[in-house]
Amino acid sequence: MSDPVPPTDQELSVTPPPPDSVARISVRTAVILLIYTVSFTALMAVTYFATKPAIEASVQNEKLRLIGEVLPQDTYDNRLLDDAITLPPLPALGLETATKVYRARRGGQAVALVLEAAAPDGYSGRVGLLLAVAPDGRLLAQRVTEHKETPGLGDYIDPKKDKNKQSPWITQFDGAGVDAARGGNWKVKKDGGRFDARAGATISARAVTNASGRALLWTTEHQAALFALPSGRKYEEK
Amino acid sequence: MSLYRDITHNSLWKQNPIVVQVLGLCPTLAVTTTFTNAFSLGLATAFVMAMSNGAVSALRAFIPYEIRIPVFILVIAALTTMVDLAFNAWLHDLYLVLGIFIPLIVTNCIVLARVEAFAAKNAVVASTLDGAMMGLGLTAVISVLGAARELIGQGTLFSGLEMLVPGTHALQILPADYPGFLIGILPPGAFILLGLMIAARNWLDHRASQRQLTQRNQPAAA
Repeated sequence: MSDPVPPTDQELSVTPPPPDSVARISVRTAVILLIYTVSFTALMAVTYFATKPAIEASVQNEKLRLIGEVLPQDTYDNRLLDDAITLPPLPALGLETATKVYRARRGGQAVALVLEAAAPDGYSGRVGLLLAVAPDGRLLAQRVTEHKETPGLGDYIDPKKDKNKQSPWITQFDGAGVDAARGGNWKVKKDGGRFDARAGATISARAVTNASGRALLWTTEHQAALFALPSGRKYEEK
Repeated sequence: MSLYRDITHNSLWKQNPIVVQVLGLCPTLAVTTTFTNAFSLGLATAFVMAMSNGAVSALRAFIPYEIRIPVFILVIAALTTMVDLAFNAWLHDLYLVLGIFIPLIVTNCIVLARVEAFAAKNAVVASTLDGAMMGLGLTAVISVLGAARELIGQGTLFSGLEMLVPGTHALQILPADYPGFLIGILPPGAFILLGLMIAARNWLDHRASQRQLTQRNQPAAA
């Protein structure tokens, strides 16, 4: 091992290795990025498949739980989620997309139709509703499924947010008959109807009331056809 | 050891992501309507931060400088997606409440900031700790903010906690006929309370440094 020899002039003048060409750098970078993309996508795919059964189960449960709020599970004995027909987007229900109607039966007898409706005119936009309608034209119960009403003010339409836990606002519709809707009585008291609304937040209540009245009228009128259609079929309005 | 203590102190207090760096305000102000919402989104963010810091630190030798930002975003987005799926599968009620804010962890600039500023230059353990502690610093602040807004807005604490821990229920702190004070729930309340928290932190910091100063000067004056 000798001492390092100071570089001579000749050695210094040796041309440095040519810098990587742009093309080579680009390709290398692209390949590296591709490797990262593929491996992290694989990780996400693994997680997706690992969580899939649990997610499907919770979506299913969520649906049944929601339906259970408007229609107790012991009132029907058919497989509700399988006994469904598809509804086209119907203005009478305030809907802009196709939805499903679930048909509850007990011993083959029609018990109720469970369907979605929407009020387009909530204080901050659309209010989604779920209704259970009996064949005799009674609204068994309804629940708000989605809304953007002001927290603490208009959100009492959702019983979870309603401060009155004893008899939440939405429960006054339980068992209300279609006659009120036919007779023009299906309105909030402020508009001359029969349903209460909290002072200072009438708009949310009015939206829900009017939408459910319209939905009830439509459903009662078409219930025979809705119950008769084979499961899985699409309802067409004549 | 003192490195880890420094990281912890730095993340939780000196460089707290919310009250000092004031980063990631969108989820901070949007989900702090109740303690439960804030706390759970905070923990989800902390988890993503710890994991992304750890992952980037482990891979830092293999990430070309020119494409580091796309790779960082990719790592963060993948981890966030996994957290999103996990929430959907196992904490479904909470998932429905937090909704869009879980995917939005990707865009929380504090996550990318720590990856770029710390994880890209430091060892795996230190980076993971930094991510976790920064996340917990964020969680602590938004939890307090959430609790304060919930108390002012609806007079309760821990409402919705049953979504995290079954069997628990909300505490009614103020009398049940408390009408609720809307500003607590609406965005302005979040801004005002966050401002007060920043002021409080600055005041505490100022007082501590004053005390240090007087302690140092006392022997000289005596």
